[in-house]
Amino acid sequence: MISVKNVRKSFGDVEVLKGIDLEVNQGEVLSVIGASGSGKSTLLYCINGLEPVQQGVIEVDGMSVHDKKTNLNHLRQKIGMVFQQWNAFPHLTTLENVALAPRKVKTLPKAEAEALAESQLKHVGLGDKMHLYPNALSGGQQQRLAIARALAMEPNYMLFDEATSALDPELVGEVLDTMRLLAEEGMTMIVVTHEMGFSRDVSDRVAFFHKGVIEEIGEPEQVFGQPSSEHLQKFLAKVR
Amino acid sequence: MDYQFLWRPVIQSLPQMLGGASVTLQVSVLSMAIGMVLALILCFAKMSSFAGLRFVANIWIEIARNTPALFQLYFFKFGLGAVGILIDSYITVVMALAFNTAGYMAETFRGGYAAIPNTQLRSARSLGMTAFQAQVHVMFPQLLRAVYHPMTNQFIWVILMSSLGMLVGLRELSGETQFLYSKTFRAFEYFAATAIIYYLIAKLVLGLMTLIGNKVFGLNRGGVA
Repeated sequence: MISVKNVRKSFGDVEVLKGIDLEVNQGEVLSVIGASGSGKSTLLYCINGLEPVQQGVIEVDGMSVHDKKTNLNHLRQKIGMVFQQWNAFPHLTTLENVALAPRKVKTLPKAEAEALAESQLKHVGLGDKMHLYPNALSGGQQQRLAIARALAMEPNYMLFDEATSALDPELVGEVLDTMRLLAEEGMTMIVVTHEMGFSRDVSDRVAFFHKGVIEEIGEPEQVFGQPSSEHLQKFLAKVR
Repeated sequence: MDYQFLWRPVIQSLPQMLGGASVTLQVSVLSMAIGMVLALILCFAKMSSFAGLRFVANIWIEIARNTPALFQLYFFKFGLGAVGILIDSYITVVMALAFNTAGYMAETFRGGYAAIPNTQLRSARSLGMTAFQAQVHVMFPQLLRAVYHPMTNQFIWVILMSSLGMLVGLRELSGETQFLYSKTFRAFEYFAATAIIYYLIAKLVLGLMTLIGNKVFGLNRGGVA
């Protein structure tokens, strides 16, 4: 379980998260929507400890992320993350990209790490691209590679930070399909997204961020069908 | 003009000249290897949060890049010599060229670093890699690839600048040539032959570096994704 309690986070003088409380249960898919700059992505960075927080506690499986005694490198193995800008390592083949962390972090033998990588690449539909370098892949394929790379660490949670926002429109579908597949397999996911259709279909719950607070949270039917917050109503009117 | 070209002395002393060329290559490879390691250390020192480290790195880089290489060589040979630190010419030349290379390449490394998106580091860390693992397995290979061409240029530069060794008594290719010329006074012939040998060495090194670049970094694969 991921639990976020009264988290406040500032960049300099600008407070980006103004007291966030949130719980994500095992097997749940939570999508996070809201305007740019509302703090959605920052929350993800805080959850896997890439950003410090000024106040509050985030716990993943009972371990406090920002406690100095927590081994973050160990904790991060449980939390896969996919970024907006696909981040394939350009000097490695697709297979090497996925096998790198299992080899170096989990110290698996090369053959074992590569077998694992191969199965994850097939999982996301890149079984025929294993020996290509990332610059031979499309944006959508690179993003699926990033998903496979995160999955190869066998995480309990997956965080998606606007995974399709930087893609050409015709490539968005293949990445969303891969994410949908993971959701169906029972992966616990927090998905920051601007894809309202996806959010509505796949999520168990939807959280609407507005200026650093969660202004509305609930099942998709409720959030999209009967939004009670005025800001959410305006937001939905704009994105539709 | 009744200068008569006379190539026989040059041809006869070709083995000696090639001996000098081998010293040139040794000195250059050594200077380059030491200089690159120092450059990486300087680059990290300059990006460090410790003011003392940044200060030392800045002084080094400023002097290396903004004073003549000849003065740097003279400092190591005659400057240190004046205070009683006498160093062999071979080592002096390696020290001076490594000092100079470190200053130039430190800045190139820093530029190369800036060219790698910082999201690469974040991705690596998000997979559970330590800061050190992320540097070694993700950042450094990309850095080497980014600075590979400037590094090749620097290598050629070092080979050519090693001719300064002549001025501190090192019998590298130029030093050897000057010695031979002083015995025969066939200046034009000797230095023309020397220029050709330098050219061939530079081309050979460039060819080798291109081969290695293609093999190791796949530079013929095209641009970075």
